[in-house]
Amino acid sequence: MARMKFICDAERCIECNGCVTACKNEHEVPWGVNRRRVVTLNDGVPGEKSISVACMHCSDAPCMAVCPVNCFYKTDEGVVLHDKDVCIGCGYCSYACPFGAPQFPSQGTFGVRGKMDKCTFCAGGPEANGSQAEFEKYGRNRLAEGKLPACAEMCSTKALLAGDGDVVADIFRNRVVKRNKGAEVWGWGTAYGSAQAGQKPQAEGVKK
Amino acid sequence: MIKPTLASLIAVSVLTLSGCGEKAQTLGTKNDATAYSGVSNAFLEKDWQVGDKTSWERQLNARAQYGQNDHTRSP
Repeated sequence: MARMKFICDAERCIECNGCVTACKNEHEVPWGVNRRRVVTLNDGVPGEKSISVACMHCSDAPCMAVCPVNCFYKTDEGVVLHDKDVCIGCGYCSYACPFGAPQFPSQGTFGVRGKMDKCTFCAGGPEANGSQAEFEKYGRNRLAEGKLPACAEMCSTKALLAGDGDVVADIFRNRVVKRNKGAEVWGWGTAYGSAQAGQKPQAEGVKK
Repeated sequence: MIKPTLASLIAVSVLTLSGCGEKAQTLGTKNDATAYSGVSNAFLEKDWQVGDKTSWERQLNARAQYGQNDHTRSP
């Protein structure tokens, strides 16, 4: 199996926030924490695009790199998880993450951050699979139940895809071929320009 | 006089050693069980063999195709 990945198809996302609601309900995420959010680019302008964003389970995760207590670990499937018993709530991961995935509950006394909370790709945490302790700290462990993340499975337009990177990429590629547009997955190339995103590649040595 | 001293020495030793009975404080994260080892609750899908990695992967891939690839259902 390849690595577990999310892809959001911006051509299909209708900003319904069903993924956000599914996540909050499935894991009983506390107030003040959104493991997943829908971001709309050029909101109100014709041609606006929306994408659903959560932890991208990076191959070289910056949160893991900056954590002073090494509370992060990665599963064999490439899911980035953390141990709340080790987390000290310093917030470094929150500053390091480009997607704003690590979040902190805001109900603590005197502004105490508490333990960091993030998307687990519905893979729970280091407690026993499917146990009450795991649920209370990290939410449901759907992967161990033989299911995919709730956000993707609940997506009404199937804009949000989750699962084995090869399978998900194949589904997305098939869509692009059928509709003949919308190949640009929102990422580095879309943000900074690439031939795939429909922008002309700059000639080398040309000064502007 | 010797007996009470010996008794108190034993008592002090027992109290001192009781400190060794604390929970182990290991550094780093706990070992997480693999996802294909399944769960023991009612939410487990029955279409795959718990503990069999290949079966688990096949289950997730089939679920991804059925649940997310609408082109296979309506060409």
